[in-house]
Amino acid sequence: MPEDILVDIKKDYVLSKLRDGERIDGRKFEEFRRVEVKTGVIEKAEGSALVRLGNTQVVVGIKMQPGEPFPDTPDKGIIIVNAELVPLASPTFEPGPPDETSIELARVVDRGIRESEAVDLSRLCIEAGKSVWIVFVDIHALDDDGNLLDASAIASIAALMSTKVPASRFGLGEDFDLPVNDFPVSVTSLIVGNRFLVDPSRDELSVGNTTLTVTVDRNDSIVAMQKSGDYLLSENLLDQIIDASISASKKMREEVLKQISKA
Amino acid sequence: MSRPDKFIINGKRLDGRLPDQLRPIKIEVGVLRRADGSCYIEMGKNKVVAAVYGPREAFPRHIQDPSKVVVRYRYNMAPFSVEERKRPGPDRRSIEISKVSKEAFEAIIMKELFPRSVVDIFVEVLQADAGSRTACINAASVALVDAGIPMKGMLTSVAVAKVDGVLVLDPMKEEDNFGEADMPFAFLIRGGKIESIALLQMDGRMTRAEIKVALNLAKKGAMEIYNLQREAIMKQFVEEGEENA
Repeated sequence: MPEDILVDIKKDYVLSKLRDGERIDGRKFEEFRRVEVKTGVIEKAEGSALVRLGNTQVVVGIKMQPGEPFPDTPDKGIIIVNAELVPLASPTFEPGPPDETSIELARVVDRGIRESEAVDLSRLCIEAGKSVWIVFVDIHALDDDGNLLDASAIASIAALMSTKVPASRFGLGEDFDLPVNDFPVSVTSLIVGNRFLVDPSRDELSVGNTTLTVTVDRNDSIVAMQKSGDYLLSENLLDQIIDASISASKKMREEVLKQISKA
Repeated sequence: MSRPDKFIINGKRLDGRLPDQLRPIKIEVGVLRRADGSCYIEMGKNKVVAAVYGPREAFPRHIQDPSKVVVRYRYNMAPFSVEERKRPGPDRRSIEISKVSKEAFEAIIMKELFPRSVVDIFVEVLQADAGSRTACINAASVALVDAGIPMKGMLTSVAVAKVDGVLVLDPMKEEDNFGEADMPFAFLIRGGKIESIALLQMDGRMTRAEIKVALNLAKKGAMEIYNLQREAIMKQFVEEGEENA
């Protein structure tokens, strides 16, 4: 099939560039693509963000409603992250229930938000044991040019930061800003032999879906990790990737915060 | 289950273990008649069975790969395996576990030897008590050896958690539920040595330095589990040899 041949050609190109110590788009190995963040793009949603990471585009919308708390956390709000890799975003995505890739994506984004305690869930209690705010984070892929995961994570936290809790609509007093205390950044690297490429583009991913995601909070703690794909990882490389992820996350966080505060 | 006030009292954990101690482990090989390879493992209160079918012809045919074997891995929890009945069938958690476990095995199975075929790995959790994915990988690894599937080495899995700021090996339920971090690993062990990482996940909060310590703790635990896996396999083959003599 022609698509297969193209993938092989791209793969050879990526690998030959790599042998010369370069990336096909001239980026440094530890450098993200250009990021563009716009919040408040969907008025009907409680919060939203459109993120462009290179040519990858994701929109995230936040909806909130009161609901029953989990029995083991009666006084805490609930966050539910869901991802839809709709067929509009790539010729390889198919309609239907979420497959393992979109489930993994949603769960890794979820862990970053949850484990960094980015949203103060204790302030989302309406009546302990009876009613709490449920925050639905819905990730909608628009264009998959590689690394939808990091783009989705950025869009999710940016959307949460722009969220107004719709209390008045439910007769629960005045609307208020969703309390957000941290800014986790996920950094996904493509592993090729004993090297790694931060924020791989789709062309770079033609060498294989062999990635490691490291999510870092604003205090440089690691809050989530996920090895994904059929490969073996050496300890040495793991060390290097963690270091690179911490520094890449800092730059990304700064850049996104700058763009959000300007808006 | 409610949150314990303290997880570590006088250097010991709630079940009396030291931070670097595993739960008791029991391994039996060849427990199922119909499967090509099988294994039953208990890790603490986890009870899991793994079965391997194949290499066999891949169906439906469109999943066949002319260059290598297709590996499938299904992690499934019995409805009665947990306190509150689990709705039967795959949920998001088990789909994710199946995916990362499958990828770990894909990295160590000599896939080129069986083009157009499939190796099916089925693991059933009969009782879960934190670390069921690690128990399943350990069982599946032994079942693959029992089925005679060529591999680069053994896959051995164990988790490390953080409770009261202390890193503990092979967390039990309370440590897993209320701990500050959980980090499951699987290692490729070849020639009696840990060679690389085949599965790695983490959630919680850990510093750069803690991750290093966690990795070393996991490696220590994995070597102990590996020796038990090896022992169980050797025992099985000696018994089979005697029966055939």
